[in-house]
Amino acid sequence: MSRIHVTTSVNGDEVDFLCEPDETLLDALRNRLGLTGSKEGCGTGDCGACSVTLDGRLVCSCLVLAAEAEGREIATIEGMAEGEALHPLQKKFIEHAALQCGVCTPGILVATKALLEKNPDPSETEVRYWLAGNLCRCTGYDKIIRAVMDAAAELRRA
Amino acid sequence: MALDKQTTAKREFKVVGTRPLRPDGVDKVTGKALYGADLTAPGMLVGKILRSPHPHARIRSIDTSAAEAAPGVKAVITHADFTLPDDEDMRDILVNCMAFNKALYDGHAVAAVAAISEAAAKAALKLIKVDYEVLPHVTDVDEAMKPDAPVIERGRQAETVGEGFSENVTSYCEFGHGDIEAGFTRADHVIERSFKTEATHQGYIEPHACLATFTTDGKADLWCCTQGQYMVRRVCSAIMDMEASQLRVTPSEIGGGFGGKTTVFIEPVALMLAKKSGRPVKIVMSRSDVLRASGPTCSSSMDVRIGMTKDGRITAGHAKLRYQGGAFPCGTVEMGAMAAFAAYDLEAVRTQGWNAMTNRPKQAAYRAPGAPMAIYAVESVVDELCQHLGLDPLDVRLKNAAKAGTKASYGVTFTDIGLSACLAAAKAHPHYAAPLGPGQGRGVSCGFWFNFGGDTCVTLNVNMDGTVSVTEGNPDIGGSRASIGMMAAEELGVPFDKVRTQVVDTASLGYNEVTDGSRVTFAVGLATIKAAQAAKAEMCRRAAMIWGIDAEAVTWEDGCAKPSGPNAGDFPPMTLAEIAAVSSQTGGPIAGHHEVNADGAGVSFGVHLVDVEVDPETGATKVLRYTVFQDAGKAVHPDYVEGQMQGGAVQGIGWALNEEYIYGEDGRLQNAGFLDYRVPVASDLPMIDTVILEIPNPGHPYGVRGVGETSIVPPLAAIANAVSRAAGVRLTELPMSPPRILAALDAARPKAAAE
Repeated sequence: MSRIHVTTSVNGDEVDFLCEPDETLLDALRNRLGLTGSKEGCGTGDCGACSVTLDGRLVCSCLVLAAEAEGREIATIEGMAEGEALHPLQKKFIEHAALQCGVCTPGILVATKALLEKNPDPSETEVRYWLAGNLCRCTGYDKIIRAVMDAAAELRRA
Repeated sequence: MALDKQTTAKREFKVVGTRPLRPDGVDKVTGKALYGADLTAPGMLVGKILRSPHPHARIRSIDTSAAEAAPGVKAVITHADFTLPDDEDMRDILVNCMAFNKALYDGHAVAAVAAISEAAAKAALKLIKVDYEVLPHVTDVDEAMKPDAPVIERGRQAETVGEGFSENVTSYCEFGHGDIEAGFTRADHVIERSFKTEATHQGYIEPHACLATFTTDGKADLWCCTQGQYMVRRVCSAIMDMEASQLRVTPSEIGGGFGGKTTVFIEPVALMLAKKSGRPVKIVMSRSDVLRASGPTCSSSMDVRIGMTKDGRITAGHAKLRYQGGAFPCGTVEMGAMAAFAAYDLEAVRTQGWNAMTNRPKQAAYRAPGAPMAIYAVESVVDELCQHLGLDPLDVRLKNAAKAGTKASYGVTFTDIGLSACLAAAKAHPHYAAPLGPGQGRGVSCGFWFNFGGDTCVTLNVNMDGTVSVTEGNPDIGGSRASIGMMAAEELGVPFDKVRTQVVDTASLGYNEVTDGSRVTFAVGLATIKAAQAAKAEMCRRAAMIWGIDAEAVTWEDGCAKPSGPNAGDFPPMTLAEIAAVSSQTGGPIAGHHEVNADGAGVSFGVHLVDVEVDPETGATKVLRYTVFQDAGKAVHPDYVEGQMQGGAVQGIGWALNEEYIYGEDGRLQNAGFLDYRVPVASDLPMIDTVILEIPNPGHPYGVRGVGETSIVPPLAAIANAVSRAAGVRLTELPMSPPRILAALDAARPKAAAE
């Protein structure tokens, strides 16, 4: 089985890599590009820990083939802060203690950023349903929802 | 004790009780934090494990020759590569990590390979030929106890078990006091019910992962996600027959544990593959492997009988608990039997527990192990008595609540405990008086956990620039770097941001118990405070040396050494930074350390209130409102105390409503994935309100009690009690999934006219 050469954009940088035909985008990000911020919690699209955006659309990177990234634009957790400056969502997650172990946090942040880009003023119910595909086992979601609502309000003021 | 307590109650804190930003926050919101699967090593191989498809089978032979010859394969191992340790517990752990003569459950590891790529490793697994003789199996606890059940392993039964059971029943325990039959005679009403609960899984989002290296001179390094690096070293060095000092274990950040990472599953396998191949080996479990072959909870079968007078006094309680903990002996039922009636001040109480082996994975701890199911059964019967006698469920619990001086059913006499305070707070809370709509019901339950202290070792270094480094040995699961650093800052009188807390490897500190029993903020906190006190004493000595006065004539106040007694006011105070800056001239670096086997953990009680609505068409239960009341002793970082209360409550909600291990007739796990093993998601839930009570623990300098576990205990019964009031049906089997509730509703409905 020969490998596939993929040229793509990750967090604004043009990158290329060789991957197996059946390799997932998540594995390519983690193992070929060293971007281990996206996590594998299930490998079956149930937990959302590997959430990234592909041309702006939220996807589970464990369900996308690495070869499908050819010519696309990928955004991961590693691209969310601008240098030293955290994104308001990242700041609010720390302020609201919206993480305990932190392993679901990258996926939840990527998913939430995608939500707020579509809907800057979501209701609590809308946030809860948008995040229904991102499992968190530590927090019971309470502080996550509060952090998202607070960050959305701050982004609307900005 | 009394003096300590008084000091605690009067103490005013500057740092403890505030809500600073957690020190590992930025790493965790930017994706920089390194978890178990995130490390790589040069020349690293991929390790993969072959697992039994049979729940019970004799392994006649394993032929690995084709796999060994496959391209890219560097090592293949089976049980033949290991030697069984003498110690029985270690032997069980090893046999659970790699099957010896028999495969004992669906998913039991039987062989492993290390290869240059994922694809090569997967291909090699398919080339391993295992000759199985399939044996009859049993996965249900009641079936496993019957005399004619298939026996998992002979020779494991304790003498106390008695006659009439199969050899799967490994142990029996009994607790209590008083004459229960006389107590039942005094009751105006007695209810006896039988309950069953299915096994649940901790459901940590990070699967087990590790990276092992082994050098030819017998030294090894292991990076892994664990709740206790010292436990991993102890177990793995015993299994690998090496000295503990030759194995260094470094804990990664941990993506959830809840008790499930207090043992090992893949670490000895990775070490053996690394030893045999001479290359670093990484193993990462799949989610399906985690569910099939890590350590879920016990499932249970229970009978509870309670008597009550018309005015709500419990006259006697009796619980018979039968737990299965998988294919090895398991002591968890003992904790259930001790915890079952802990919330009540009873004259007559008896609890009995039996453990049975089944063809299921070896159970591991899960948040208050053994307590949620036992207390679910007791709290359900208490609630049914309240319904029958027309009594308020909180009033009845207040009337019977355990308090200081109560002799608990498991033998201890409680000191100051917070149960009555939690019950009173629940009674006074607006939630308890809020109106309910049609089809809605409100449930109440108490919860309890023992809490634990254990072996702990902390070093605190005062750096020359006036900052402080705390070195501790327990992985930070839910914000403990913050709480430990806060206690160091409090004791030293320096700002929190001057303290950095590091979790270190096994070579850097003495033995620390695993992160279990809600012990870290209590025991590591205690050791940190004592280490800070030792550093303060040394800094006073250094200041005395500089001033040319006796060390006894120096006190520590507000982060400074001050001359006191006859020398008071003679010299301006010296700050920690000033003393540290000249430490090289006064005798060298300044440090404090403390080693302790901490006792005095202080038990923890909580009370939960929940409103639910049951859909009569589908049997689905919606949680509408939830409030947690819990005694924290002293909440060091209230955000993370609330986080423990909320997270535990939601895990309990999952246990009550959805989560269960489903085994087919073939003994295979049918729902080994997050789609079918359904943990609560954000859209299932309301906000989880919290009320922290602070009844100081006399055993800790700041009054701290562990808070991590109690919160998973009450939701099971609280929701069952709410469902009973909402839908008029009382379920005695968990989870109360929609099909079970619908079946109960159908059974209770009047028969259709046509019939």
